[in-house]
Amino acid sequence: MKRFMYLLPLGIFLVIAGYFAVGLTLNPRDMPSTLIDQKVPAFDLKPIKGSTRGLSSEDLKGQVTLVNIFGSWCVACLTEHPFLMEIQAQGLVPIYGIDWREKNPDDGPKWLARRGDPYTLIGDDPESKAAIALGVTGAPETFFVDKHGVIRYKHVGPITPGIWKRSLWPLVQELRKQ
Amino acid sequence: MIAEAGHFALTLALFVAIVQATLPMIGAHRGNALWMSMDKPTAIAQLLLVTFAFGCLTYSHVVSDFSVVNVVQNSHSLKPMLYKVSGVWGNHEGSLLLWVFILAAFGSAVAMFGDNLPPTLRARVLGVQAMIAVGFFLFMLLTSNPFERVFPAAMDGRDLNPLLQDPGLAFHPPFLYLGYVGFSMAFSFAIAALIEGRVDAAWARWVRPWTLAAWSFLTIGIGLGSWWAYYELGWGGWWFWDPVENASFMPWLAGTALLHSAIVVEKRDTMKTWTIFLAILAFSMSLLGTFLVRSGVLTSVHAFATDPERGVFILLLLMIVIGGSLALFAMRGPSLRSTGVFKPISREGGLLLNNLVMSTGCAVVLLGTLYPLFLDAVGGGKVSVGPPFFNSVFIPLMIPMFMAMGFGPVLSWKRSDLVQACLRLKVAFMVTGLACAAFLALIDQGPFLAILGLGLAVWLFVATFVELAERIKLFKEPIGSSFARLLRQPRASWGMTLAHLGMAIVIAGMAGAGGWKVESIQVMTPGETVNVAGYDYKFIGARQGQGPNYTIIAGEFEVTQGGKHVATLKPEKRNYPVRQMPTTEAAIHTLFTGDLYAVIGDPDGSNGGFVTRLYFNPLIVWMWAGSLIMAFGAAVSISDRRYRIGAPAKRKIQNAAQAKV
Repeated sequence: MKRFMYLLPLGIFLVIAGYFAVGLTLNPRDMPSTLIDQKVPAFDLKPIKGSTRGLSSEDLKGQVTLVNIFGSWCVACLTEHPFLMEIQAQGLVPIYGIDWREKNPDDGPKWLARRGDPYTLIGDDPESKAAIALGVTGAPETFFVDKHGVIRYKHVGPITPGIWKRSLWPLVQELRKQ
Repeated sequence: MIAEAGHFALTLALFVAIVQATLPMIGAHRGNALWMSMDKPTAIAQLLLVTFAFGCLTYSHVVSDFSVVNVVQNSHSLKPMLYKVSGVWGNHEGSLLLWVFILAAFGSAVAMFGDNLPPTLRARVLGVQAMIAVGFFLFMLLTSNPFERVFPAAMDGRDLNPLLQDPGLAFHPPFLYLGYVGFSMAFSFAIAALIEGRVDAAWARWVRPWTLAAWSFLTIGIGLGSWWAYYELGWGGWWFWDPVENASFMPWLAGTALLHSAIVVEKRDTMKTWTIFLAILAFSMSLLGTFLVRSGVLTSVHAFATDPERGVFILLLLMIVIGGSLALFAMRGPSLRSTGVFKPISREGGLLLNNLVMSTGCAVVLLGTLYPLFLDAVGGGKVSVGPPFFNSVFIPLMIPMFMAMGFGPVLSWKRSDLVQACLRLKVAFMVTGLACAAFLALIDQGPFLAILGLGLAVWLFVATFVELAERIKLFKEPIGSSFARLLRQPRASWGMTLAHLGMAIVIAGMAGAGGWKVESIQVMTPGETVNVAGYDYKFIGARQGQGPNYTIIAGEFEVTQGGKHVATLKPEKRNYPVRQMPTTEAAIHTLFTGDLYAVIGDPDGSNGGFVTRLYFNPLIVWMWAGSLIMAFGAAVSISDRRYRIGAPAKRKIQNAAQAKV
């Protein structure tokens, strides 16, 4: 009995640690978006400066697409940018961009000219029109849209190679099969 | 260059810590004096290296070196200097650096002032300290390097989270960390004692001052944190049972139990297992507090860096430190022998009750904090556990505790008589009874719990004074001789009296602010007056303007009572363009009976109206005043002569002079 009392704290701790281990595989930021399994809300964004075509919600039909919210002011977008370039270079999946809240219309195009443009089409969203409709909480954020134009998943924060390989790329492949 | 130098120093510190964690430990095991003596130079070298690294990061922040990622993400060239400096620890990587800096400082303090410690104990204590340091250095260097560069360098920074740009918060983390890390000392002593298999009065005398210091800092840290929440978040509230707050509260509860429990080890040579367990618990809770909000396991309203990739490392570290120490406790704990025996009604019994209640309280807070995680892990969905749970479980637990707190100090060691104790406290009973009758008669409304809280505060306050009066034999001997006794009271007992009085004041503040807060939210146009709790708040108007790195709406209120001017309140709402984040700067005027509190919101409508929130928070400032008195009490206790003289041989003489504490 006395031995047991001394072992009790260790036992309790191990149970808690077990929960931590499970908890690490879950993402607390993975807030269930109310838009999941809903059609992409209608928007029609103007092109960014120097480009001729903008982005409208109609463009997101017919194939599985990624819609990536970015901005030249966003440091975290910079960290995911090289990997988006790689996705584009390998032709894995088309990425559509929403250039969010640029103070100056030149900022976005300059940023892309310097670092490369991974996007099939880009819409300019200085007034957060599409961003508010999509319920964007910050940049970068990426929506996974299936071929019927339905949002199937939202990824908050930068896409890293690890997360891509583990969960996002399998998701794209699964959406393609449906 | 500076950043690279810092990085290099940090790497070097890791290797020094590895030496410090191994050689003295092996030396103590084998009885090799030379190896044991390596503890002192390595501990000091470690401190110098970490100090240098900390200086390098501070320099990078002060000169706004935007080629360092940490500076880019947390600073801005227009930020005032105070926040450039506090920005060093206002982020994940920098706060870890502060953590190891404090850890190294505590370690060096033992190395430099621990000459009276037995050499094996000192070697082991510093060895355990260094093991903790190795874990932290690895964590920083592998996952959270504060000196990482960005290429090309950014034009300007992203600014520190505006909520953190505040003097109250600038100094909140250092105090909190002094508390957290301070408990590492008690932890290291506990582990060393388990290895040596010996816990005695001398050991307790070495542990207690460190625990008191950590507890004192933590009390101030928590106080500053809740004060900040009170005036910066602008909700008029001061404690939200948020995971981050709970994370600092759990080590405080464990630490409170520990510093009481250590008294019993010192005076009565018993409750050793408890004391060792509480030392491990207090530091485990500190580690949990440091990491819970960073691991990505839980989110909170003020979580700063959550990243599941770091989580694995953190879990591993927790497993080794907490799991390892608890395993050692399970192995060696049963062999600790106590000589003191006591009856349930005795000073020891009272302190045991304190241990039980504090540990249970700690468990309750832990359960509430982790419950969302438990549920999520078994697929139960996302929930948050809020104040209703904590209030309905935690408060009932504390009520009997506060009652017992009045009795504890008048009980004698070993065996005591409850009737006798009640007789000694008869004055306290009478005053409390009268006060409660007066409260019930004068206050016609308010929650029962709040009135009970005020009653408890009076009880504890008066009982503490009665105990002091008993101790100096007031009215039983000539007043002069009582006064002479008062002056001869050891500092440790002064510390206890002060801390308990402080607690009584805190309880009164919590009861007042919790029970009778008056709140009024409305749109006001200039010239309009609203009455809140008997005070007339007249809205003079608001103007819009520009601060150093923000834009402001500044409002002005004139508060009068019965036509007499009381205060002018100037609340602000700031908007930080870099982060697109608004903050509220509540205007507060503190009166003895409560705080006048005003918040200005956005303009509303076309007629020049503004949304305003006005509060009267009764007695709230007592809470922070009481916390300061408690922390001061601990400081007085540390200065007790007994702790500066470690040699057990002198104990008898000391005890004869100090009768009882």
